[in-house]
Amino acid sequence: MLGLAFAKGGGFVPPSTADFNLPPAIGNNPYTTKPIFLVLLSVVLISVFFIAASRKALVVPSKFQFAGESIYGFVRNSIGEEIIGHEFMRFVPFLFTLFTFILTNNVFGIIPLLQFPAMSHVSFPYVLAGFSFVIFHWVGIKKQGLGKYLKGIAFMPGVPKAVYILLTPIEVATFFLVRPLTLSLRLFANMFAGHLLLLVFIMGGDHLIRGVIGLKIIAPFAFAFGIGMTFFEFMVQCLQAYIFTLLTALFIAGALADEH
Amino acid sequence: MKGTLNLVGYGLSAIGPAIATGMIFAAYISGVARQPEARSVLQPIAFLGFALAEALALFGLVLAFVL
Repeated sequence: MLGLAFAKGGGFVPPSTADFNLPPAIGNNPYTTKPIFLVLLSVVLISVFFIAASRKALVVPSKFQFAGESIYGFVRNSIGEEIIGHEFMRFVPFLFTLFTFILTNNVFGIIPLLQFPAMSHVSFPYVLAGFSFVIFHWVGIKKQGLGKYLKGIAFMPGVPKAVYILLTPIEVATFFLVRPLTLSLRLFANMFAGHLLLLVFIMGGDHLIRGVIGLKIIAPFAFAFGIGMTFFEFMVQCLQAYIFTLLTALFIAGALADEH
Repeated sequence: MKGTLNLVGYGLSAIGPAIATGMIFAAYISGVARQPEARSVLQPIAFLGFALAEALALFGLVLAFVL
């Protein structure tokens, strides 16, 4: 892409959505693009890391074991236990999978050579949000029964009857449309915007350094900003994995509560 | 250069979420400063509010590309 921007000759071509549509790696098969390989790689990496970290569990943990356990402890205690409450243990495997999977795929965005967050393709967040959508509704229906659960959503108790004209459509739309949509779009848009931001600085710097001597002097600043933004991106990537898991836990907690 | 006016619109629409995010973290910081032990209770609430406010800015970004 970097060469392409210059090869056209003349003006700077700003990065666009076209930069995210990477061509298939093998022939014309659309299932062999880079994001798909990255997702598979993330599954392998996570499995190998946590199996290796938990295989020889000692009372005094090694550094490796400690790293694995502190990630697990973070999800279990500060997301699971604090948000969901006493029934949290059932949901820890799901939350933990969600957190590590999103985190790994996001961080791929700044790891040299990989440098592409798979979550910047909207289909991956859609699937993840679909999972948490199905799970939190399933949990609510199983806990309260279908009729009572839907009644609790549509007709919130303790509200004057006339307000239901306004409140019912809003509540139904919130639970069945806004929640899964914002959950997926937030993750997607963050990764998309972050990758675009890095592209602007790196491609801009690349363009400047090939320019006249006056522009060459500015180029290092563009690259320095690109590096600074990379660290900022790392923070955003961790934060988004946390927020996605946190919101899923909140939805589950809301479905488990008798009245919300 | 195409889509310039879209980006101006996006810049304007990002003002609201920017102020909202600032206010959320200001409230969070002053809350923790007054009562440091309330940190673990306030943190998820602050990040939840931040996520909700930020979602608006990101919808604007997506629309700036889509429209």
